[in-house]
Amino acid sequence: MKRFFGFVKKEFQHIFRDVRTLVILFALPVVMIVLFGYVVTNELKDVRIGIWDRSGDQITRDAINKILSSGYFVLAGTLDHEEQIGSLFRSGNAKVVVIFEHGFEKKLMRENRAAVRLVTDASDANSAQLALNYLQGVLAGFFRSLNPDAGLPWEVEIRTRMFYNEEMKGVYMFVPGLMALIMMLISALMTSVTITREKEFGTMELLLASPLKPWEIILGKVTPYVLLSLVNAGSIILLGTLVFNVPVSGSLPLLILECLLYITLALSLGVLISTVAKTQQMAMVFSMLGLLLPTILLSGFIFPVDNMPGILRGLSTIMPARWFIVVVKNVMLKGTGFAFIWKESLILLGMTIFFIMAALRRFNVRLEK
Amino acid sequence: MPVILQQVSKSFGDVRALNEVGFQVGDGELFGLIGPDGAGKSTLFRIIASLLIPDAGSCMVLGFDVVKQYREVRKLIGYMPGRFSLYMDLSVEENLNFYATVFGTTVRENHDLVREVYRHIEPFRKRPAGKLSGGMKQKLALSCALIHRPRILLLDEPTTGVDAVSRREFWEMLEKIRREGITILVSTPYMDEAELCDRVALMQKGGILEVADPAEMSTREEVPLFALRSSSEVYPYLERIRKQEGCQSAWLFGDELHVTLKSKEYEPLIREEIGRWKEPSLEWVAIAPSIEDRFMRLIRQEQEPDSGHGAGIKYRTDR
Repeated sequence: MKRFFGFVKKEFQHIFRDVRTLVILFALPVVMIVLFGYVVTNELKDVRIGIWDRSGDQITRDAINKILSSGYFVLAGTLDHEEQIGSLFRSGNAKVVVIFEHGFEKKLMRENRAAVRLVTDASDANSAQLALNYLQGVLAGFFRSLNPDAGLPWEVEIRTRMFYNEEMKGVYMFVPGLMALIMMLISALMTSVTITREKEFGTMELLLASPLKPWEIILGKVTPYVLLSLVNAGSIILLGTLVFNVPVSGSLPLLILECLLYITLALSLGVLISTVAKTQQMAMVFSMLGLLLPTILLSGFIFPVDNMPGILRGLSTIMPARWFIVVVKNVMLKGTGFAFIWKESLILLGMTIFFIMAALRRFNVRLEK
Repeated sequence: MPVILQQVSKSFGDVRALNEVGFQVGDGELFGLIGPDGAGKSTLFRIIASLLIPDAGSCMVLGFDVVKQYREVRKLIGYMPGRFSLYMDLSVEENLNFYATVFGTTVRENHDLVREVYRHIEPFRKRPAGKLSGGMKQKLALSCALIHRPRILLLDEPTTGVDAVSRREFWEMLEKIRREGITILVSTPYMDEAELCDRVALMQKGGILEVADPAEMSTREEVPLFALRSSSEVYPYLERIRKQEGCQSAWLFGDELHVTLKSKEYEPLIREEIGRWKEPSLEWVAIAPSIEDRFMRLIRQEQEPDSGHGAGIKYRTDR
């Protein structure tokens, strides 16, 4: 045990003496989350919308004025039949189309209810969702101001429909995705690089010639990164809560446990890479191409899994990040308990065990096989 | 016998690094492996340190097989690789402490053993290992290899790239460590260091040419040896000497030529011939062969007679 702690201590000394490592460990997550959050929250400006006013009465005209004067939207064109929606989206001229139903004012006066339909081009999912939220906000404010006093409130039903990506849920997609990405980056990339560094500098030769067992070497190298990754996960959650109001609706201990599981998985991947790569550069390339890119592209972080062609969707099922993102979204955003994520957790656990076994099997107790 | 090698062979791809190497190292012996770069010394060390598996043959360290019982072997050896392999970003002290904990001991426990080496670098104990001079790096590496009081010390070219003063100090330390009862196996490309060993194995191209006591080794030379010296450049005479009848071999040795003859009878003839060259600065004398001469001749026997001199052997730099 003392041997192990000595090893961990040495590893921490390496980490805290290397400025580059420190920057990647602590500055990068903060920069990334602020950057992503900032880009997402401020994207909404001059969104081009199309309007199909099937009613053409006073209230709808006022509503349209309200929307266009909000500063978020500019008019791309008016429509007069259904087919124009698709052509407008395909030409890229508009992202959202607002449709007021036929006889809007009359219905509202007579039945106290009327419907607005918002159709979005959700191929750019995040901005589409954001535009929708803003539109809903503007419209809701407008109708409330029309009917300030008591009496029966008007019910304006706002029906939204997303073209191309119907099931997208939640704007806060980027927080779970970013957690998956950053922890993969730190855990897998950093461990694979730090282990190959020992090989490159010849220090691994001395470690191998010592009574240290393979698991002691691996665990000693990996433990500091587990702790640091946990710190990072915590800071991402904290930043999300404080800066971007992303709530932790579910159980925090459960969330942390799931993070720990995912970190372990990423670390074992890092160790596995280090058993293959001979130099730090190779390890970096393997981690970047083999882990980071797929994590970004195939996990549903940026491109929704449901929109992928069959082969890629199949591939995405072997991406640990895909399952982790589902878990985090459930626990963090939807506030569900373990009962709803046990399947994903089990998949993650299975992958972890598989990679640990593979890494231990491949780890060489000598300089060559 | 702490180290027993039998018919050990090892190849890397097409390159045969070791070819049926066999020798034994006695208890408490200071055993030297002498040979040029590429002779297979490092490969041999790695096999003894259980880091490589030999293709054929067996290697026993303190009664343990390096392939099957490598865990036992690793507890008992102290290994210092040819390349400096400590953590450059850790200080002298931190490196030493780290290796102490790795071997489940403390610096204090074996302080009396390490002290002799460590006191040279103690003034720099807060300095990162990467910022030490070559000689100090080697002393630190030796301290780390000694920290758990190994039964056998394996030192792969510990004095290569180290200045002459540090080299001498280093060998004095080895002598003291040996007196503690630790068996030492050390490799070096320097011939003068060979004479400080109890026994040496001369290595060339993955094979052992000879294993013997260095003092006794030079007396085995029954072929008469002569030196041709000059106050100016002596090299131009190498080819002329080689062409003489009766010259067995001739090679450049430091700043003189060493010549062996097929038999003693040829000696007057050659001396006469040199006299005819009308070079007053030339001096022709019979000399006692050193271990270096023995090695040169053994190497030359292996190779074809005219293939250069010395095959990468480093000459004494500090005399």
